[in-house]
Amino acid sequence: MNKYKTEVMVGFFVALTISALLLLALKVAEQSVATEGDSYTLYAKFDNIGGLKARSAVKVGGVTVGRVSSITLDKDDFTPIVELSILKQYNGFPETSSVSILTSGLLGEQYVGFQPGFSFDGVADLQDGDYLQDTKSALVLEDLIGQFLFNRGSDE
Amino acid sequence: MKFLQSLGASTISKLTAIGRATLMLVGALVAVPRVKNIPLVIKQLYVVGVQSLLIIMVSGLFIGMVMALQGYTILVDYGAEGSLGPMVALSLLRELGPVVTALLFAGRAGSALTAEIGLMKATEQLSSLEMMAVDPLRRIVAPRFWAGMLAMPMLAVIFSAIGILGGHLVGVDWLGVDSGSYWSIMQSTVDWNQDVINGVIKSIVFALVVTWIAIFKGYDSIPTSEGISKATTETVVYSSLAVLGLDFVLTALMFGIE
Repeated sequence: MNKYKTEVMVGFFVALTISALLLLALKVAEQSVATEGDSYTLYAKFDNIGGLKARSAVKVGGVTVGRVSSITLDKDDFTPIVELSILKQYNGFPETSSVSILTSGLLGEQYVGFQPGFSFDGVADLQDGDYLQDTKSALVLEDLIGQFLFNRGSDE
Repeated sequence: MKFLQSLGASTISKLTAIGRATLMLVGALVAVPRVKNIPLVIKQLYVVGVQSLLIIMVSGLFIGMVMALQGYTILVDYGAEGSLGPMVALSLLRELGPVVTALLFAGRAGSALTAEIGLMKATEQLSSLEMMAVDPLRRIVAPRFWAGMLAMPMLAVIFSAIGILGGHLVGVDWLGVDSGSYWSIMQSTVDWNQDVINGVIKSIVFALVVTWIAIFKGYDSIPTSEGISKATTETVVYSSLAVLGLDFVLTALMFGIE
């Protein structure tokens, strides 16, 4: 085995590794949404966040516009505060917008559904750091079943 | 009394072996790396890396294909065959890539390292090097160690990438999962730091363990044909067990606690 051929093969090996890493970076773990700097932050208070996790998607009509950056508990009234990081290119949502926690498919993961509200005179746009007032909590299956049983009980 | 004596003797011999292994590693690594030793590392990178490439790529391809096939038959029952992409990608990146690469590497390259160094010892090449005032730890052990440390994470990354492509081949091209959902659900599930980088960290740890065991077993072997064959067997057995055990510990540390 001469030296030249060895070096060529090792170079091929390194190039293959780099292309594999690129494939993993760009194709498999694509990081397009919610990078620092080109996003702004909104806050929403929910009664119950269900199975929502940090890094869950924020969607407007199915289009991912941002991600949940963190979930904390309000120290005063013990309700969860969800921090949403929205891409800068999707700005200008009116203040009357609402957010709800939805599930994609029957068994899918939970995401934040963002419904832009109506925009008319006197309604400002949402700015960085604003709180969304209109929130709908996650559906918890046990609560639903409980309500169903309660309603049946009151019907009879 | 005899039992106690044999227990004590085996404990002492195990501990001294660990001590000798540590001394060997320190002796090989403390040495200041010299520019003129880089060609030695490249030569070893060829032997342990490039020559393992084929088996790694073929195994990665087939493991990805089998996972797509198995995963599809189960997921399709729940109408969730769109999740085939993340299933294949996550299991390859987090577990199978590092672990199977380490096991194959121990069998393909680790055993060869042990046999090579063991035979060098048996034919007194190491002693002749010492007589010529060349430190065998620097000349023989260190380049092989660094080559192993470099090669295995590279092989693991290639393994995972090929496996994901193999999953695509079976899942999308053969079984008819939608190509868009294969990639897009994978992209939204797989996290660069959490999954890819943690897998690479795992394979670096495995590389350290497997290469270290392989080199030490060769360096410390009894210089007879029987001793070398025993050392080669022990390399494969010990490094496979160490990899599987460490994998559990690393998984618990990385993914166990939310």
